[in-house]
Amino acid sequence: MSVLVNVVRRSFYLDSVALMRLSRQIAGMPGVVEAALMMGTPANRQIMQEAHLLDAEGQGAAGNDLIIGVRAQTQPEADAAANAAFEALDAPREKAAAAEGTAKSLGAALNQMPDASFALISVPGEFAAVEAHKAIRAGLDVMIFSDNVSYDDEVRLKQEAQALGRLVMGPDCGTAIINGTPLAFANVVPRGDIGIIGASGTGTQEVTCLIAQAGRGISQAIGVGGRDLSQKVGGISTLTAIDILDSDPETQHIVLISKPPHPDVAKIVLDRVARSAKPFTICFLGDTERELPENATAAPTLGAAAQSAMGQKKNFRIVGRSAPPGMLRKKGVIVGLFAGGTLCAEAQLVLASRKHNVTSNAPVPGASPLVADGANVDRLLDLGADEYTKGRPHPMIDPSVRDDMLRQSMNDTNVAIILLDCVIGYGAHADPAGQVAAVLADMPKKHPYLIASVTGTEEDPQVRSRQIATLKQAGVLVADSNADAAALAAALVS
Amino acid sequence: MANVFERDLKIVNIGLRSFADELTSVGAAVTHVEWSPPANGDPALAQLATQLRAPGIGAEIDAVNTVAVERILAAEPVLVDVIPAEQAIPAFREGQVLLHSGPPITWDRMCGPMQGAICGALVFEGWATDLDVAAKLAASGAITFAPNHHYDAVGPMTGIITRSMPVLVVENKKFGNRAYCTINEGLGKVMRFGGNDAEVLARLAWTRDVLGPALGAALRERDGMPLKVIIAKGLGMGDEMHQRNVACTGLFLREIAPALARTCADAEKLAAALAFISGNDQFFLNVAMAMGKAMTDPARGVSRSSVVTAMCRNGTDFGIRVSGTGDRWFVAPVEMPEGLYFPGYSAADANPDMGDSAIVETVGLGGFAMGASPAVVGFVGAGSASSAADFTRAMREITVTENSEWSIAAMDYAGVPTGIDVRLVVESGIAPTINTGIAHRQPGVGQVGAGVVRAPMACFTQALAALAEEAR
Repeated sequence: MSVLVNVVRRSFYLDSVALMRLSRQIAGMPGVVEAALMMGTPANRQIMQEAHLLDAEGQGAAGNDLIIGVRAQTQPEADAAANAAFEALDAPREKAAAAEGTAKSLGAALNQMPDASFALISVPGEFAAVEAHKAIRAGLDVMIFSDNVSYDDEVRLKQEAQALGRLVMGPDCGTAIINGTPLAFANVVPRGDIGIIGASGTGTQEVTCLIAQAGRGISQAIGVGGRDLSQKVGGISTLTAIDILDSDPETQHIVLISKPPHPDVAKIVLDRVARSAKPFTICFLGDTERELPENATAAPTLGAAAQSAMGQKKNFRIVGRSAPPGMLRKKGVIVGLFAGGTLCAEAQLVLASRKHNVTSNAPVPGASPLVADGANVDRLLDLGADEYTKGRPHPMIDPSVRDDMLRQSMNDTNVAIILLDCVIGYGAHADPAGQVAAVLADMPKKHPYLIASVTGTEEDPQVRSRQIATLKQAGVLVADSNADAAALAAALVS
Repeated sequence: MANVFERDLKIVNIGLRSFADELTSVGAAVTHVEWSPPANGDPALAQLATQLRAPGIGAEIDAVNTVAVERILAAEPVLVDVIPAEQAIPAFREGQVLLHSGPPITWDRMCGPMQGAICGALVFEGWATDLDVAAKLAASGAITFAPNHHYDAVGPMTGIITRSMPVLVVENKKFGNRAYCTINEGLGKVMRFGGNDAEVLARLAWTRDVLGPALGAALRERDGMPLKVIIAKGLGMGDEMHQRNVACTGLFLREIAPALARTCADAEKLAAALAFISGNDQFFLNVAMAMGKAMTDPARGVSRSSVVTAMCRNGTDFGIRVSGTGDRWFVAPVEMPEGLYFPGYSAADANPDMGDSAIVETVGLGGFAMGASPAVVGFVGAGSASSAADFTRAMREITVTENSEWSIAAMDYAGVPTGIDVRLVVESGIAPTINTGIAHRQPGVGQVGAGVVRAPMACFTQALAALAEEAR
């Protein structure tokens, strides 16, 4: 006993090879004895007739009509198979992956990778929000590496992401490590139980690397972008990040790194921290006076934040308080040329805490803006700031952008010490230390001291120890951390 | 909803290639997007496009776009008849009216081939004794010029239609509307390329007196010819229905020949008609164009829809119409096709882009169906035959859906991309690709090459601004 079903699709043509493949697919369905899809030409109708696959419905088909003939054990099975065949005609065709060209848009990429979960966006800032909106609407979490995104765009984007339950990292988010995968500017660090939330890329890199150098590891490192804790944005991404790290079973300790937040936003964030059962380290660089909840420890510098996350409660160590033996103090000012914005901020704080007169294009509390006649004050420059990167690569990608300034400072008799950062890892230049060494190859006889630190790990492609060796060979003093480098600079200046 | 840690990290990288390479090197799953600035690099326009895709308004537009595209896909176009234009279009009975391709244009702004064709058409209709008289008449303002699109009609290249010319009649059985197009004249010196000498007019007269009536009788006798299936077969045989119509012309001939033999008693005329169709590889183009017009017209006037319902050019301006903005034209200067030239000609001889034929791209054929037609890619100088699918894939990025009834075997039976969405065009910066013939800039010389042309982005940005205005 079997049941025959015919369905006719009027004016629908597919070539016979495609139809035979479909027929075979339908024939494999539950209970199907035999199935054929054929154009309704007289010859084809004859074939189906002889195969006992044609009924009155199919008899009435014309040459331009497609007949679906299914014979199955039961009526429901026959109907199901015939319906499946009918629907398969309109279903998006299975694509052979190899045939795909390069996607030119997010939409095309999602066609190629339907299970995509995440978008990493590094297009010019004025277009980044557009791409990010598209991504979150498609259900993706987003990291926006791009800077020069407008404030309003950032607020709009984060509000929409919040409504859709998605995370927006950035804009101007340089660093994240999600599920062990380093994104954009990130280092190879072991997995562990410390979760990081950073409103700063290089701050996150410094803390994760110091933790890695001490033999510990990171569960997740989330970037939120430098403006997330401003009054306008209101800490939307930071709050989302706290929520997901709070509920993440692998995360035992959470570190929050940021420039000083707006007081209203700080209150909201710290209220959320207080509701967590997990211990927190709060590193609001330049803001140590704040009342913190019971479960939070304040860290004045990035180095201190790493120590705190690993269990140290206070007396955070900064080495290099005294000059190495045999080195004389120099008269003059300190010039800092930083690729990392937060490393620049940390150095300012260390110098300001030692009563230095510090100026910067990105001054922290206790420092001042650059002055026209700044020959007699310390000048710490964040070369990754918008005014230096508009239309050119970030100094971490192309360290040569600081070559000229480095040469100038080398020949400036008012300068006692040049402070440098050297950030390695994924995304960064293949040999930033080599770039510095090349500039230092023709040093004037009398030149300032050069002090640097290398933010990175041994597992990074550039290998931290090799970078340190390159710097030392070029005559640079290398400190253990960025904070140590600044402290050493303070100790060597008279 | 799973958070970012709870999902497998599968990354789309938009921007710096190095990020994708590094992610690949650490074993992450990543798809790289070769991004280029949307909206011709205008952030404000990109924002506008994004706003019209934002939740709320975006979903509303998506919904009405689905309605508009469903209307295109639901069409049942049948070639039912061939009749004199004045029977099809009543406007021809109201004075000296002449229809042309593209958006509206005045005599003084028309390109050489368009003016040449018009002069020939005025002589053909007996309104002028010779071409010089015709030129004065055309310039005098006594002749009413109007776009074909205003009268349910389309025409290739110069696209001239006058009262006595026979037109193919395609009826959309689903919606009951009709669309018209003249009969293709063949290649070389022809009116659609501005030709206007005695030979051109003699062929038009034969078409009017012999071929048109014969085809009309045959079509009526066989109760019309459904077109969708012919297109589906043609795609499988290497046609894309704009630059290559050799398969569909063959299929048409196979369909019409028996009916023609039954209805045309005069063996000489029958032989001449069969020979004319057989000898013209582009014969089917005009059928496909009338079909395109019949399919897109029911999609007009869907409130707020950003789906394009017409694209056409008059040799000076490119014009598009969008469903949600009704009959309004969005116009920008036409661009020059990039292509290959017949021996003895070069880009210096070329007239800018022209004709209503881009209606076939509007329904997913021509440049949109390039994947079915690798031979065309070489012919139009667009690249290697193996790159044909890239054109179709690019067009899929600016369309609402795929037409499962018209599939491309070589692309794993993907349907042709259908329903151009103005928002996607502006956002992606990908303008519709149109396959086209290239006319000589002097009237009367004819076709000098073939190529690919992009619809000007400015048409789409204007349409987007108008849609945004309506959305407010």
